[in-house]
Amino acid sequence: MNNDREKHWLYRRKNLPKLWMIQAAILVLAVLPEFFIHHHEHFPDQGITVDASFGFFAWYGFLTCAAMVVGAKILGIFLKRKDTYYDD
Amino acid sequence: MTDFAFPPALILILGAFVLPLVQGTARRVLILGLPALALWAVWSFAPGSHVSIPFLEYTVQPVNVTATGRLFATIFCIMAFTGGLYAMGQARLLELVAAYVYAGSAVGVTFSGDLISLFVYWELMALGSTMVLWSAGTSTAWKASFRYLLIHLLGGVILMAGIVWRVYDTGSVAFAPMQPDNPANILILIGFLINAGAPPLSAWIADAYPEASPSGMVFLSAFTTKTAVFTLMVGFPGAEILVWIGLYMVFYGIIYALLENDMRRILAYSIVNQVGFMVCAIGIGTELALNGAAAHAFAHIIYKALLLMSAGSVLHMTGKRKCSDLGGLFQTMPVTAINGIVGALAISAFPFTSGFVTKSLETSAAAYQGMALVWFLLLAASAGVFLHAGIKFPWFVFFQKDSGLRPEDPPPGMRWSMWFYSFLCIAIGLFPAALYNILPYSTDYEPYTTDHLVTQFQLLLFAGFAFFALLPMMKRTLTISLDFDWFYRRFLRIIAAEFTLRSSHARERMEKRARARVEGFINRLYRHHGPHGILARTWPSGGMVLWVAVMLAGMVLAAAIF
Repeated sequence: MNNDREKHWLYRRKNLPKLWMIQAAILVLAVLPEFFIHHHEHFPDQGITVDASFGFFAWYGFLTCAAMVVGAKILGIFLKRKDTYYDD
Repeated sequence: MTDFAFPPALILILGAFVLPLVQGTARRVLILGLPALALWAVWSFAPGSHVSIPFLEYTVQPVNVTATGRLFATIFCIMAFTGGLYAMGQARLLELVAAYVYAGSAVGVTFSGDLISLFVYWELMALGSTMVLWSAGTSTAWKASFRYLLIHLLGGVILMAGIVWRVYDTGSVAFAPMQPDNPANILILIGFLINAGAPPLSAWIADAYPEASPSGMVFLSAFTTKTAVFTLMVGFPGAEILVWIGLYMVFYGIIYALLENDMRRILAYSIVNQVGFMVCAIGIGTELALNGAAAHAFAHIIYKALLLMSAGSVLHMTGKRKCSDLGGLFQTMPVTAINGIVGALAISAFPFTSGFVTKSLETSAAAYQGMALVWFLLLAASAGVFLHAGIKFPWFVFFQKDSGLRPEDPPPGMRWSMWFYSFLCIAIGLFPAALYNILPYSTDYEPYTTDHLVTQFQLLLFAGFAFFALLPMMKRTLTISLDFDWFYRRFLRIIAAEFTLRSSHARERMEKRARARVEGFINRLYRHHGPHGILARTWPSGGMVLWVAVMLAGMVLAAAIF
């Protein structure tokens, strides 16, 4: 099973860089339209313009998710218990 | 309309009890036929029609057809049908009967025009769902079902108190929009919110549902929380507090799901997250927002059930629930994996799926109302959904490391029900008009704009990037996370144990003191009346003679002197 050749190609170590390249390509593709379209602001009356800035949805999605992962990690320090905690 | 009309709810509830009487093909026909018949009955009523029955001095309306109620009843019937198909080959008969009573009562709630019928169906749901949980037959399910029942009985009592108070105040049992501005209405709101999984009692969902059987959790995920959404929509549209309760639920679901290791508990937390979106939209309360909540509930029942059917298939075939034990299953369970991924894409609101055309109604409603903070938080939460359910579930179950497990895809009934729901997820995504047409309010919302497509792809793909970039931080651990249920599973128990200890000490001391007093009394008695007691001693006869002589001498002396 541990033989690299018998593993599914997804699990072969040498394919890992390829997988990251595919992901990077998809991300670049997702941001490309930013050069051609202009987003409208959702709250022009309140002077909020950040949601129409370049690639807002991309970096906002990334940063908020990173914040949630880190936040969960920190809360986990206090909240996590062994999964046999409630067993009698 | 006062003509005789058979309540659709009763088709499922009464039909459920016919299931044990028949066998084989007849039972299978009933399992699929009853929900179909109920669905037909739901649509046989024109909106606005109702059946009124005098009850005590009130008028109850067990059938009151509204556009909102019909939408929820429709998806409940579809859910019973698909759940029945999924459960048919492997679930216990008890579970099916309980599930159909449960589904029928949920339909009953959506058709209730008054608070009395609503309450009766509400409690029937609690009983039906508890039986679904019980029928898993394990000791953990048995214990969890008790905790589950306690929470729902508590919610039922609070709801009942609110209803009685309200009827006493207003003299009307009608189920109509209200504001949480007096104690009666607040009690009703709390009763509804407990079933929605609102804080602080959100923990019951992740505590109880994952202990059910594979098909049991599919049923459980659909009805209780979504009838709560329905009652909130009808009862408390635009109640501002719901915006903040909803936002809390949204992030609670994400954080706890991120910490979780059990695949079905991840999905259970995700229910709280999704219902949070709906509760928030109900709090916003505009027609667009309420349409959004209703449409989202409709779509959510389908894709959440699909995800749970996929997870249930894995559980059924491997007997394992923990992400740390799973992985690599896509190789031998391609059907389960593909359907799980469709469900995951739909819950994440990927373009061309049902989540995309429904959840966006809610976020747009926040934007149109100028609620900037709410909009930014909902946007972050939408990205978070992809993180905790959209990628986490399929990744850890079907990909991740190769666990070495080589299970096959589940039996045909389970596969077909997954394909059917995958089809619905994509069909609603591609042709949203069919769903939009049966929403409570007419809408001209257009989900497919270039701007919306581009921004949604960016949001989700970069959320996915965050997942893989931070994968080392998501390493699965054999842990659970403390939640509010700690208070009633541990804290109260510690208090109870402490109370038992102290009260038994106190009892011991009291007993000792009482015993000492009785002993003292007995000792005193013994001292005076015992064999050596001064009053019970046997006196020597010589002594008596002496004393008599002394007395005689005394008398002689006395006579001689006087």
